[in-house]
Amino acid sequence: MEKKIRILIAKPGLDGHDRGAKVIARALRDAGMEIIYTGLRQTPEMIAEAALQEDVDAVGLSILSGAHLTLLPRVVACLREKGLDDVLVFAGGIIPDEDVAPLKEAGVAAVFGPGTNTDAVVEFIRGQFQTA
Amino acid sequence: MVNSKLPDAIPALVDRAVQGDRRALSRLISRVEEGGLAAWSALSLIYPRTGQAQILGVTGAPGTGKSTLVSEMAKYTRRHHPEVTVGIVAVDPTSPFSGGAVLGDRIRMRDLSGDAGVFIRSMATRGSLGGLARATTDVVKVLDAAGFQLILIETVGAGQSEIDIARTVDTVIVVEAPGLGDEVQAIKAGILEIADILVVNKADRDGVQSTVNALHAMIDLGKSPSTVLHHGRLTTIQPASTGEERWRPPIVKTIASESKGLEDLMEAIAQHRAYLGEHPEGQQRGRMRAALELETILREALFNRLLQATNVAQLELVVDRIAARELDPYSAAEQLLA
Repeated sequence: MEKKIRILIAKPGLDGHDRGAKVIARALRDAGMEIIYTGLRQTPEMIAEAALQEDVDAVGLSILSGAHLTLLPRVVACLREKGLDDVLVFAGGIIPDEDVAPLKEAGVAAVFGPGTNTDAVVEFIRGQFQTA
Repeated sequence: MVNSKLPDAIPALVDRAVQGDRRALSRLISRVEEGGLAAWSALSLIYPRTGQAQILGVTGAPGTGKSTLVSEMAKYTRRHHPEVTVGIVAVDPTSPFSGGAVLGDRIRMRDLSGDAGVFIRSMATRGSLGGLARATTDVVKVLDAAGFQLILIETVGAGQSEIDIARTVDTVIVVEAPGLGDEVQAIKAGILEIADILVVNKADRDGVQSTVNALHAMIDLGKSPSTVLHHGRLTTIQPASTGEERWRPPIVKTIASESKGLEDLMEAIAQHRAYLGEHPEGQQRGRMRAALELETILREALFNRLLQATNVAQLELVVDRIAARELDPYSAAEQLLA
């Protein structure tokens, strides 16, 4: 059986809006990937542990609260602490342009803002894993 | 332990997984799920370590509260028996159109996060129709070998025919909820016949008593569900034992979202376990499981061997001829096997 791309979609922090996360989850599912959705209000530790248990290839983080500069680097750090060095991290939500560079420096591979076409996310993931 | 790279070689991965490296365990589960020779060599290596865990299956229609109940069962166990570690395998369906899946059972298992004695793995069915993924039983073996003493399997939201769970676990728990199915549904449902324990969840809702009554009536009527047609052949689901010795599925009321009724449920599970230990049915089940397992493996192995021995181009040619209706598939199979 071919290797499936497995992706954890998580919402770190306290905002309660998961429409965006669900739309992305569905788009990736329709692209043939297995999405593990963890629900709202996850701490970075919870996200990293779920990523470990599910042996995912990537973690997608949706965040609308404005706390991205604090929370996203912490998720990356928690993943690396658990030895998940090769897990790709990408993010979506309301993230100002000027915050993108520091996030990339912290290990977030891509940031998708509001209005991103879901195809762009699918293409990005596929490009990373070179599987059809 | 955390910083070293995971080995690709199966024996090294197995070593680390059984020694408690959770990342190795997680990767090993993926390799087993992918199937093929690597999976078989892993399973054969871990097999001597399996057979220790108590394995429970939770099934029932969508919306009855299976995920919440599984989460509560794990919490209850961890609270009252902290020495017992719990593995959970939660199965959700793969989309038949895209091959993708959204696995959302973890949402209801949030409370278990942060407990190092619990390991949750979501699985997509990947085309399998019986309510489990093809590799669910194998993944359970990996968790068993890794030392988890209680393993809970949650099936996809199952209705009437998704009964693979009955051949995988020690105790089948079928979850119902008031107001979801009327008595006619209860009569139709093949799933009730595999129940060792019936749970009426959401017992704070209207209509609990009529659901309980319908289930009682159902149990009294259906005393001999010993054989069913499955995968095209008659197989025994619950080997009939005789007289009053026979297990009668208890009906337990729970409100999983408020952690109510868990004590009764866990008590019923313990009683069923004791029953299986004391009655021949327990051994019969184990033997049936072994037979089915061997049959599944043989089927896969023989098919793979045939594929290896057959020229691919020749096979394609045969398929073309069948599609063009020059040859019937039955004669074609005979010729390929000759």
